[in-house]
Amino acid sequence: MNNHKLNHLRELESESIFVIREVAAQFERPVMLFSGGKDSIVMVHLALKAFYPAPLPFPLMHIDTGHNFEETIEYRDKLVKETGSRLIVASVQESINNGRAIEEKGFNASRNILQTVTLLDAIESNKFDAAMGGARRDEEKARAKERFFSHRDEFGQWDPKNQRPELWNIFNGRKHMGEHFRVFPISNWTEMDVWQYILMEGIEMPSIYFTHKRKVFNRDGVLLAWAPFMFLKENEEAIEMDVRCRTIGDISCTGLSLSSADNLEDIIVEIAATKVTERGSRFDDKRSDAAMEDRKKEGYF
Amino acid sequence: MTPFSSKAYLDMELLRFTTAGSVDDGKSTLIGRLLYDTKSIFEDQLEAVMKASVQKGNEYINLALFTDGLRSEREQGITIDVAYRYFQTPKRKFIIADTPGHIQYTRNMVTGASTANATIVLIDARNGVIEQTQRHAYIAHLLGIPELIVCINKMDLVSYSNDRFNEIVSSFKIFASGLSFSNIYYVPISALKGDNVVDLSSSMPWYQGGSLLNLLEAIPVGITDNSLPARFSVQYVIRPFSDQYHDYRAYAGRMESGCLKPGDAVVVLPQNIPSRIKDIVNYKEHPEMVFSPQSVSILLEDDIDISRGDVIVRRDEKHPSVSQEIEVMLCWMNPAPMKMGAKYIVRQGLREARVVLRDFKYKVDVNTLNKLDTDKSLSMNEIACVILKSTKALVFDPYTVNRHTGSIILIDEATNETVGAGMINQ
Repeated sequence: MNNHKLNHLRELESESIFVIREVAAQFERPVMLFSGGKDSIVMVHLALKAFYPAPLPFPLMHIDTGHNFEETIEYRDKLVKETGSRLIVASVQESINNGRAIEEKGFNASRNILQTVTLLDAIESNKFDAAMGGARRDEEKARAKERFFSHRDEFGQWDPKNQRPELWNIFNGRKHMGEHFRVFPISNWTEMDVWQYILMEGIEMPSIYFTHKRKVFNRDGVLLAWAPFMFLKENEEAIEMDVRCRTIGDISCTGLSLSSADNLEDIIVEIAATKVTERGSRFDDKRSDAAMEDRKKEGYF
Repeated sequence: MTPFSSKAYLDMELLRFTTAGSVDDGKSTLIGRLLYDTKSIFEDQLEAVMKASVQKGNEYINLALFTDGLRSEREQGITIDVAYRYFQTPKRKFIIADTPGHIQYTRNMVTGASTANATIVLIDARNGVIEQTQRHAYIAHLLGIPELIVCINKMDLVSYSNDRFNEIVSSFKIFASGLSFSNIYYVPISALKGDNVVDLSSSMPWYQGGSLLNLLEAIPVGITDNSLPARFSVQYVIRPFSDQYHDYRAYAGRMESGCLKPGDAVVVLPQNIPSRIKDIVNYKEHPEMVFSPQSVSILLEDDIDISRGDVIVRRDEKHPSVSQEIEVMLCWMNPAPMKMGAKYIVRQGLREARVVLRDFKYKVDVNTLNKLDTDKSLSMNEIACVILKSTKALVFDPYTVNRHTGSIILIDEATNETVGAGMINQ
């Protein structure tokens, strides 16, 4: 009777639900960031479990670069409708229009970095005191240094060398006026854990995670999706191929992979055999060895 | 390669361990080696590290670069902050808390160790057991970690000498005789060359044990929280305020230890009000029993005033202590020393109160484990036994009995920083 054991996915699930409930209990105006990617989908699922049968005690917020995969937006709107959640959309285009952000130029121009401005402005104008994100520590080496409860100063900045110690499962969310927290409930999950959990729970996923035909072009070894706002170099050509997304970000920086996987089991087999990290196909991380650390210090997700 | 099996993946156990060592003992190199030799490094990560190694003029791949995630860490060749790493073998999944050995060492190590079930302490074979080795082992003991692995590293620099290994093991044993680990293991390794980390070394035929990875795959994983009395701390009250769930009131929280079932006769502490469990809810399911570490919500038969931090326990099991005064082994983590009469916010379980430092009983000399008289002040990285008096009743067990209900943190009211970590004696 006393040797019950949770399998490791249920253990991770329980830890994440605990963290999400801590946010609801410790903060006055929390928000959950939702990108439409697999990690934020799993995070929303965990949040629904945490407060069932009550609705989510916080809104979802999408930082919209305007360069989205259509399927992501369809999925987002359906999820919001079905779960009766509140959705706030903060637009990067608006930040550009009102002069808060300046569009990058050139072939590799991306609105990825601009999201930080929009995110920090939205946190300030909505007076959010905690923003939950689906970042995982196994994704990237700067993220490996993150706490569950990550303190941000009044400028939204992260000071990785002076973080609060985080002991046992006691989370200190105390802060001064104007400061906020970023909270990462699925910190301890790996990419494989996320997919196994999606399979175990039968969570519906956006169609672009599965194989489909799409016009893509090869840039520096990464397959990027063609879209009207993507400019091709002379030697590049958009060709229709069977591809799927391993991660979903903005179209301008999300690499696609050649794949015939049309179901979760096949995706899991593919991930078990892969030799590159999921962020290896992200153009935003290829800019420098400390690209993620630098963006995070400024206030990125 | 064996085909991937989702079933086998789900059934895997999870071992959380931490690594400790002083500067230049080769901790980052060891973790890099573990990741590299278990094929947990991806091609793009390897490519980036190889490029950086060449750039720095290193003769071989600098394995430490796999874990040093911050720019200043790579520049200075040191690890600054606790980093978490993930890898798996066909047998187990692992979460490593890599804790730096220099400034703020106690703070970092206590942080990493607070969630671990095993600790690796690294010793430089040339230097043997030094002050920091003893400090690390003592902290692991104080935090109630059952399994200790002592890795004697850099064996390649002492000609893989069996005598040197034995010498270090004997001196460590003398020190460790006063510490309460379930098991202590000794492994001679070279993280740099890969000896006995994942694969057994041919350079040390005198060593009869398994490699470090063999040990990590075999040592007991768990603290058996389910055999302890049930402790359920109320985290959040769920009230849907909808027509469908009129008057619905459930207490959300996590099973810190033990098991609970619908129908169980319970007591809510510290109010000491009896009730009975009406229903347990786990999303859309109503389980017949729940156990640690599940996050669930509980409905009671009676309408009682319960709020965050209150604890639900079974009437027929040993109750936790309820008191406004606690004796604590306290690790100080802040540059500003702790002084007599100072006031802090205490977080114990999910309870929050203000406390005042009533008395210093003694300070611990972590090198000799002797109790010292104190100068009534506690500086960063020091450990002392203190008495705290709280504004509200705390509900706790001794830390050695229950890690979840026996731990506290202290928060500075002015800066909001976490300044101390404590383990309750009584």
